[in-house]
Amino acid sequence: MTVEVRDLDVALGGRPVLKGVSLDVPAGSWTAVIGPNGAGKSTLLRAVLGLVPSRGAVTVADTDLRALNPRRRARLIAYAPQSPNVPVGMTVFDYTLLGRAPYVPHLGRESARDRVIAAGVLDRLDMAAFAARPLEQLSGGERQRAVLARALAQQTPVLLLDEPTTALDIGHQQQVMELVDHLRISDGLTVVTTIHDLTLAGQYADALVLLSGGRVAAAGPPGEVLTRSIVEEHFDARVRVSPGPGDRPILSLERP
Amino acid sequence: MRGDAGRARLRVTHLGTAVALLAATLLVGILVGSAGLPVGGVLKALVDRVPFVDVDSGLGVIDENVLFELRLPRALMAALVGGLLAMAGAGYQGVFRNPLADPYLLGAAGGAGVGATVVIVLVPGDPGFGVPLAAFVGAVFGVFLSYALGRSAGRGNAATLVLAGVAVSSFLAAVQTFVQQLKAEELQRIFSWILGGVGTADWYQLGLVAPYALVSTAVLLAHGRLLDVLSVGDEEAASLGLSAARVRLVVLVAASLATASAVAVSGLIGFVGIVVPHAVRRLAGGSYRIVLPLSLLGGAAFLGLADLVARTVIEPGELPLGVVTAFVGGPFFVLVLRASRRQVAT
Repeated sequence: MTVEVRDLDVALGGRPVLKGVSLDVPAGSWTAVIGPNGAGKSTLLRAVLGLVPSRGAVTVADTDLRALNPRRRARLIAYAPQSPNVPVGMTVFDYTLLGRAPYVPHLGRESARDRVIAAGVLDRLDMAAFAARPLEQLSGGERQRAVLARALAQQTPVLLLDEPTTALDIGHQQQVMELVDHLRISDGLTVVTTIHDLTLAGQYADALVLLSGGRVAAAGPPGEVLTRSIVEEHFDARVRVSPGPGDRPILSLERP
Repeated sequence: MRGDAGRARLRVTHLGTAVALLAATLLVGILVGSAGLPVGGVLKALVDRVPFVDVDSGLGVIDENVLFELRLPRALMAALVGGLLAMAGAGYQGVFRNPLADPYLLGAAGGAGVGATVVIVLVPGDPGFGVPLAAFVGAVFGVFLSYALGRSAGRGNAATLVLAGVAVSSFLAAVQTFVQQLKAEELQRIFSWILGGVGTADWYQLGLVAPYALVSTAVLLAHGRLLDVLSVGDEEAASLGLSAARVRLVVLVAASLATASAVAVSGLIGFVGIVVPHAVRRLAGGSYRIVLPLSLLGGAAFLGLADLVARTVIEPGELPLGVVTAFVGGPFFVLVLRASRRQVAT
């Protein structure tokens, strides 16, 4: 489903964080939000989810998200936060089952179908063997997959991932990104991620949105956004941009 | 079923153990005391009270009176108060996502103390229901004040609520001390109330508490799953479609109602709300669908035992019940603190 953000303004504690941010994410595509620290990337995702007060419009398939109650919204958009709270003692299965919360009656309980869906998601993520393990005993990569499992259990057409590869080694980064891409293609998910690693962003996303100082500084295919001049201007970094396969540039740092 | 691996559920063995423990505690509670009652006679007398059953217990009128007017209401009251406090503690811990949260954290104890003290000091010839009523109103008022203050300062954020509770508790403790100093000759009565106990329990008091106990228990037990969702924090819970503020308010009201009704009839009995839910978590798992019902049963058994200790250990005298629970609870609190610090560190 298409995600549209129009003229989004967010102020936190009286300080403007996002100013007039607009973006279009076509159905079934992957958009990566990049930008220097403090540019407002995470805030953008939280504003889309309605977790912080904002002005402007956010629609999913032409449905105004603000007009939906939280449960209906949670059936359209799933969210995997950057540093999730880890409830001590909760098993991977129960954590995944939390993703079914938008479908469970307020004072009711999960149905057999909810449990089957949660188990199915764990199967797909190769996590079935971890189902009975408490979250705090997982490694960083496993925990990241558990958070992804919870989001996928929501069975939403749109997936928002805040820095899904933070604190992962290069192998686990690849694993998570490939997994998300696979799910996007097989399930037709619309994916929006924030991501620090510019090369990684360019390798997987269909489009990049560069946030700088709370505004959209550049947007388009990776080859148009990841240019030497744009990166140097907004990240204050000296980089070499080499052409990669499929017009997906590869960035490397240049020593001054 | 294959999809159930790793699913937290209330196991029959855990539930059965808790029920058996509570039944045993109640039985020992009504058997032990200065007037020795025969086990067989007591059991027969209990069965005799079942409608349409007629058994000759062989107990005399005095023994029957001791059993039904003193021991039984006292044992039931200890169980009821313990169950309510432990379940309310589990509820507060779920709302604040903090294993050290306690029914007394939010100004409930402070408010109840002020209410009871005001009646003891200012109302001559208290008819008997004045102190529990004032304690109840005070406890509800204390929690309301903390909540209003916490909301105005931090939009219902958990940490702000706890801080507001601490501030309100200190303030109410000062008010309580001020009122009690107005009439020093009532100090003994005030302190014996503050230290807590169920020594004066009767059927009338049990009837007073029962409706509140039923309502708060039903509401809290119904919120187990929602407290599990809330355990990922307000923001993530919101992304899962849950209104954290609404769940928090409902659970707070129910837990405070349970606390206030317990405090009204028993005075201030600390630590039950921390010790019991924590032990349950260790033994049976952390899901609130398990912790809430098992805390209710475990708390009932725990306070039943504590009351047995309170009335037997220095016979013919009695220890205040709050002293017994503090004796067990103080060291336990430190253990919980150390354990939770270790978990934060890893």
